[in-house]
Amino acid sequence: MIEKNYDVVVVGGGPAGSMAARAAAHAGSTVALFEKDREIGIPVRCAEGVGAKALGSLLEIRPEWISQRISGVRFIAPSGQSVDMANDEIGFILNRKIFDADLAKFAGDSGAHIFTKTYVEGLFFQDGHVAGVRINHLGHRMTVEAKIVIGADGVESRVGRWAGLHTQTPIHDMESCAQVTAGNLEIEPSLITFYFSHEIAPGGYLWIFPKGPDIANIGLGVSGEYSREHKPVELLQNFVHRHFPRAVWLSTVFGGVPCSKPLESLVADGLLLAGDAAHQTNPLTGGGIISGMLSGKLAGETAVKAIRTGDLGRHFLQEYERQWQPEAEKQEKFYKIKEFVFNLRDKDFDQIAAAVLSLPAEKRTLVNIFRKALIKKPSLIFDILKLFT
Amino acid sequence: MTIPYYRQSQCDFCGTCVGVCPENAIELAETTLVILEDLCTACMNCVIICPTAALEERDDRKEL
Repeated sequence: MIEKNYDVVVVGGGPAGSMAARAAAHAGSTVALFEKDREIGIPVRCAEGVGAKALGSLLEIRPEWISQRISGVRFIAPSGQSVDMANDEIGFILNRKIFDADLAKFAGDSGAHIFTKTYVEGLFFQDGHVAGVRINHLGHRMTVEAKIVIGADGVESRVGRWAGLHTQTPIHDMESCAQVTAGNLEIEPSLITFYFSHEIAPGGYLWIFPKGPDIANIGLGVSGEYSREHKPVELLQNFVHRHFPRAVWLSTVFGGVPCSKPLESLVADGLLLAGDAAHQTNPLTGGGIISGMLSGKLAGETAVKAIRTGDLGRHFLQEYERQWQPEAEKQEKFYKIKEFVFNLRDKDFDQIAAAVLSLPAEKRTLVNIFRKALIKKPSLIFDILKLFT
Repeated sequence: MTIPYYRQSQCDFCGTCVGVCPENAIELAETTLVILEDLCTACMNCVIICPTAALEERDDRKEL
């Protein structure tokens, strides 16, 4: 039964929302989480890849969450040239259906109330502050008051905009994506594979993330710059039919990933945003599970602190923005790398692939070079380029 | 000015269109999507970004 008021209302039951609800409930607040879909964890609009170390820093990892352990990366250049890279970190391909359900259950175990099939239709304001949400729960409309609302409502977020925040994703920064979970594939299950080519995924890339010995998520993202003429659904069909003619299509899903610079503001009076709703993704890779979980946790903790001090205004809530600042700076840098990488032409990718192949295998740590060098000194990109051309 | 034509059978309710709408003019629940005519400025961002081509720019909406 939905109460008339809570300390904290969380909109959205993905990893960011569940971590926010769990953190706030764990710290002693009364919490309701509203999920618009009928089931937490479904549909899985995600390639499901995550770094093992990063995940382990947030939670004790359960084996049921892991579909496949990943130990290497393969890049395929437009020419078809394949480059295997030494990997600097073990990765997992998750089973997000189980993972997301567990995260919501953790929130519930901490005392949060979880309601599915509950659509948030708008915000409720008092004296200009966000003071609750208007919901539609199985056709029953009501207002639920809250001291703090946390918007974790994903790429389709409207919560922030209702509170006056500028969360529209610029069209060139939205990746329009299609993915199939396919079986009967001949793949190397310990490797994730990326294809770069204008023909396969203009302004983006195609991924193959194995979920087992012969099953994988095959998906691609197309930048909004190109997605009017090049529809992801058709590009995916073409690729799979050409490369995996015997594939069995088990599940198809579509979605968008905000790959933008950090938002200018993540808070308003009585409101915090977390996860995709706050564009907290890596704009180069589109990855957002870990950053969503971390930001949700921080948002939940900040909400409780604000409630304890009795100051629910945006100036107090900016504490959350300060805590997020190091991540925002990384996002800024990855955005610059993204702009560079997605402006490369097919022949540039081919040249880079050839140059990397001439290096001994143990030195092929492009990801590592990019990450380490560019975070420290963005201008190094020109030096790295000289290395490869 | 004509708002985008929406083909529900082609829609995955993924919300990518909502994220690029400058007017916050798209309402999305689990399996319903509504373009709010009062707010829509026919910028066609949603048509451009839709991964499944469920949204389309058309001048002949009446016959549909």
